[in-house]
Amino acid sequence: MELFTNQVLAGIATGAIYACMALAVVMIYQAIDHLNFAQGEMAMFSTFISWQLMQWGIPYWAAFILTLALSFIAGIAIERILFKPLAKAPVLTNVAGFIALFAIINSSAGLIWDFTIKQYPTPFGSAPFLGSQLISTHQAGMIGVTVLLLLGLYFFFQYTRIGLAMRAAASVPESARLVGINTSWMIALGWGMATAIGSIAGMLIAPVVFLEPNMMGGVLIYGFAAAVLGGLTSPFGAVVGGFLVGIFENLAGTYIPGVGNELKLPIALALIISVLVVKPAGLFGRHIVKRV
Amino acid sequence: MTTLLNVKDLRAYYGQVQALHGLSFSLNEGSLTTLLGANGAGKTTTLRAICNMVRSTGGIEFDGKPLNNRSTENIVRFGIAHVPQGRGTFTTMTVEENLQLGAITRKDSAGIVSDIERMYAHFPVLKQRHTQQAGTLSGGEQQMLAVARALMLRPRLMLLDEPSFGLAPLVVRDLFGILGKINREDKVSILVVEQNAQLALELADQAYVIETGRIVMSGNAKDIANNEEIRKSYLGY
Repeated sequence: MELFTNQVLAGIATGAIYACMALAVVMIYQAIDHLNFAQGEMAMFSTFISWQLMQWGIPYWAAFILTLALSFIAGIAIERILFKPLAKAPVLTNVAGFIALFAIINSSAGLIWDFTIKQYPTPFGSAPFLGSQLISTHQAGMIGVTVLLLLGLYFFFQYTRIGLAMRAAASVPESARLVGINTSWMIALGWGMATAIGSIAGMLIAPVVFLEPNMMGGVLIYGFAAAVLGGLTSPFGAVVGGFLVGIFENLAGTYIPGVGNELKLPIALALIISVLVVKPAGLFGRHIVKRV
Repeated sequence: MTTLLNVKDLRAYYGQVQALHGLSFSLNEGSLTTLLGANGAGKTTTLRAICNMVRSTGGIEFDGKPLNNRSTENIVRFGIAHVPQGRGTFTTMTVEENLQLGAITRKDSAGIVSDIERMYAHFPVLKQRHTQQAGTLSGGEQQMLAVARALMLRPRLMLLDEPSFGLAPLVVRDLFGILGKINREDKVSILVVEQNAQLALELADQAYVIETGRIVMSGNAKDIANNEEIRKSYLGY
């Protein structure tokens, strides 16, 4: 039983990271109808920036906040420079854009910081959390930061005017323009926020997977699995999907004979495919009620 | 009477296809003007050109200021509220959120709150449904919501594209009654595009008739309604 609880809690901790990645993917998908394959690389680059800031002697939380701000600005810049001009281009052109972005960021990180694996600090320590052997303080910190982030985002989208405007721009762009919303900037803002959310995921997972240019590859696939599971049209679904995938991954690795650590990733891919077959809109993908 | 909207030699294009061929008309402050014509005559295109939602050339002046080359979202800030064809409802959001979105460019939060109450007084059914997803409203209710959303801007000019489309005759009567009231009491100038010419002429003071992208007839709404020849040849009733 203790093994089970342990695996579920650890699953929730990594699930929190998948939830962040899934949320970032969904936010951009809602805004421009494309999957951002480079989301993980963007998060990785942000994490390197925070590491570099710390190398220069800036304390953890200051580096954390500074990285958030820089990531937000970088996200907006990427949208303005690369994807705004592609807005009316065919799907494949956009896909090529994402792959290019992936390759550019991955190689630049390797060029600047090289490919050797680096230690990444945690502000929470890695002692047993509250004296319990079930979960470490860093894992508890991952969950805590993610929950705070999600609450903050919920209030932003539900109770602020700019959040309302962003939702409107994503759901009916033409009507949004007709009430005076600058939809183009709302998309850029979505990119900025998604990039910042991704950077949080990167900084929280880096102490676990260690810092290197390919650190987010697996994480992003789990994030995609989570987004598909929850439904690409539902931010709430993406979050729930993230936690479910995290738990599922750990339990499968522990209890299904022969799965172990090596086969965990294929399990995520199998999950994506099964969900798409059985429930194409995902668990919470919105079935929009419409009367005409 | 001062001219609020002045459109001169308007030409509009969808890709290579020209939809408006030098259309000119004007609308006086406080007036309720209707733009009539058959399917495909260019009524919707005219409204879309005013809000720069379609490529066009020619002069569009609002209150003496040119609107050309301004983005759609900027034109809204002049106080022009456009209720598009199909109502443009934010279907996944609540009725109240739809109303708040209508006022998204305004800064006076107290005024917005009181205006939402005012809309609920105009349209009691919206108050009953204020937490409901707007997509679940009936067609008539959605049209009410679209008009209310437009009014939340406190517009000087409201553009309405086929408000009667797909609505039951009784609902249309209701809606047109409310539009007349808004025009008289709230001093909102209205430009309404309609296929239901009979009803529109009863409501409006000025009328223009469009055929294949040109104005072919204009004048006092009553005169046009009483002119059997025009009615038969252009309006089909």
